[in-house]
Amino acid sequence: MCLAIPGTITKIEDMEAYVDYGGVSKCADIRLVENVKVGDIVLVHAGFVIQILDKENGEELQKLVEETMGIIYK
Amino acid sequence: MKNSIEDLINAIKLLAETMSEVSIMEVCGTHTASIRKYGIPSVLPGNIRLVSGPGCPVCVTSQEDINMALSIADSEKVIFTCFGDMMRVPCGDKSLYSLREAGRDIRIVTSPMDAIDISKTNPEKQVVYFGIGFETTAPHTAALVDEIDKQNINNISVLNSHKTMPQAITHLLKDECRVDALLCPGHVAAITGSDAFSFVPEKLNLPAAIAGFEAYEILAAILSILTMLKTNRKECVNMYPGVVTKSGNLKALELINRVMEPEDAVWRGLGSIPGSGLRFRDRYAGFDATKRFEIPGNKTQEPKGCLCSGILRGENIPTDCGHFGKSCNPHSPMGPCMVSSEGSCFSYYRYRDV
Amino acid sequence: MESKITLAHGSGGEKYRELVQEIFLPAYSNEYLSPLTDSAILEGGGKIAMTTDSYVVRPLFFPGGDIGSLAVSGTVNDLAVSGALPKYISVGMILEAGLEMDVLKRIVDSISNTAEKAGVKVVTGDTKVVESKSADEIFINTAGVGIFPSGRIIPTQKIEAGDRIIISGCMASHGMAVMNARNNLGFFPPIESDAAPLGKLVDAIFMNENNIIHAMRDPTRGGVAATLCEWVTSTTDIIIYQGSVPVRPDVAAACRLLGLDPLHIANEGIILFSVPEKCADSVLAALRKEEYGKDSAIIGEVREGRGTVSAVTDFGSKIRITMPNGELLPRIC
Repeated sequence: MCLAIPGTITKIEDMEAYVDYGGVSKCADIRLVENVKVGDIVLVHAGFVIQILDKENGEELQKLVEETMGIIYK
Repeated sequence: MKNSIEDLINAIKLLAETMSEVSIMEVCGTHTASIRKYGIPSVLPGNIRLVSGPGCPVCVTSQEDINMALSIADSEKVIFTCFGDMMRVPCGDKSLYSLREAGRDIRIVTSPMDAIDISKTNPEKQVVYFGIGFETTAPHTAALVDEIDKQNINNISVLNSHKTMPQAITHLLKDECRVDALLCPGHVAAITGSDAFSFVPEKLNLPAAIAGFEAYEILAAILSILTMLKTNRKECVNMYPGVVTKSGNLKALELINRVMEPEDAVWRGLGSIPGSGLRFRDRYAGFDATKRFEIPGNKTQEPKGCLCSGILRGENIPTDCGHFGKSCNPHSPMGPCMVSSEGSCFSYYRYRDV
Repeated sequence: MESKITLAHGSGGEKYRELVQEIFLPAYSNEYLSPLTDSAILEGGGKIAMTTDSYVVRPLFFPGGDIGSLAVSGTVNDLAVSGALPKYISVGMILEAGLEMDVLKRIVDSISNTAEKAGVKVVTGDTKVVESKSADEIFINTAGVGIFPSGRIIPTQKIEAGDRIIISGCMASHGMAVMNARNNLGFFPPIESDAAPLGKLVDAIFMNENNIIHAMRDPTRGGVAATLCEWVTSTTDIIIYQGSVPVRPDVAAACRLLGLDPLHIANEGIILFSVPEKCADSVLAALRKEEYGKDSAIIGEVREGRGTVSAVTDFGSKIRITMPNGELLPRIC
């Protein structure tokens, strides 16, 4: 239902961002997010940026997993 | 110290050994597809069962809505645009795909905004966009309508078939607890916010975890759920923290709210669920395709013996259906769960456990 | 020369001769074709391989190729994977009246260039013209003939338990290139097709007479998945190592964005091989020295089994690979 892929913004023109997905780019509409800028890593669904990604996502998830492991293995 | 995916799998196994049968429902077609694509069931212990609920918008689009789409598309004055997912959904012996083969102008778009370019290069035609999807995609349709209103484009209209998740989840799970926990859709939550799923522990008394779509993220969410079950905690944990915030995407929510309002909606296989659909507010009603086109009423029967409704409710698995893999398969699908590449039956067939 | 094809160009008279003399002969020029006899007289002797294919690709020109280059490489590759040395092809065309002469010339030049690259000669052909709207610009049929060098062991085309599966390059490029071009999907830079004639690639393997090939096929429509599903038998299983199948980053990204499985997408410039384990490394080494084989990799193996094709991930999960269904449509929702 919600296929959304992360990419990096390389250029912005009005409401359109050029998003690089690693070797290939496609434009996406940025009106659903605020303060997006070149260099941001964003999540794109059906041609629109729906979220600016926290560069520390991996770390936050790891912290949650650590906590869970702590409960299981204590 | 970093926990690897193998660490997650081992921890899940450890917990599962101390538990009886556990049933976790996911309500997102992309979760259905990802779970199958990464072979998640093949690394889970036998007593941990993943159940697919009504999370595939293609699968739950009602027969009436598909009939409307086919009626509108079957005209030489219309350019019909939709996502690729909808092309093969059958209604009787027709589908958008078969209409296109017969010569109708039906185009696959990867964004609703593509419809605007098409309308400008084809001023003599009426362009219709088929809006399906849940909260992740509704803002896009709202943005389209907002834009065509601003630009005063009079040859586009939208067939609004969007639905929202919370009412369907409540409708499905409020009475009997046929599942033990819910895996919540990460990208719906990106829009609605994690708070929008607090009703799952609070009103349905089930633990829940909001999950991403990579193998690691899904397994981490399953582990979190099992831990909650083991410690008897009923919470909704956000296991997709880099993407999902508590209040979600406010801009997207504001846009949906400005352009659309809730209405009752019919979900294929589930019947009418109050407040679970979205329609255009009066201000934007002029862009509603059902008001712009004469659509003949049409009653279509579900194919005989089709078990899609039981499957969508999580009561049946695809192999319970007598047609599965025989007269109903990806090459010749009978019901919506086999048509959609995120439907349970398609996923089951394509990525069958080895 | 006129600027557009007309019915007169197909009716065998003056206009047709003009087409042959001014477009086809200069492009294809060789001793078999020049006499312009009804049949080309060729050197054969011993077993020969023959194949035919028709080409209706749209758009006619796409990044990395066109209907002309495809018409040659597709047919050449069908000969190559049967173990034959491709030698001769025929080019039959059906043209729609109104086709731009420039377009025809570009396609014919492309056929000529690809034939030269593949080491084959266009020895005969035919051209018909139909009324406007009775054909979609141009349809091409090519038939190809190949010979078997003495001593070459013709592959049985049957996989055997213990075999290693080798791929000669990156998958899914052609299908994604054409999909992007045809549907204006908006990927940039435009995705390039991998279409290429692979006769020399196969030859390179046979240079080492210790190399044995059990089966080989170019995985066109249906992709790698279709070939593997066609190869597996009721007494074998095929296992693919999921992370090991090479795919270009731009193609992988486009597939992810559209929700498509690269294993199911068409290729026009790679070959799949099933070879005995003892030859696997030397076949790989031979391929990697070649222009079109630099990304070759061992991607799986054949075991005794019951007819299942599956992939294993690096964390130990197993996924079934099945035949793809019909035309692939991008999914979003």
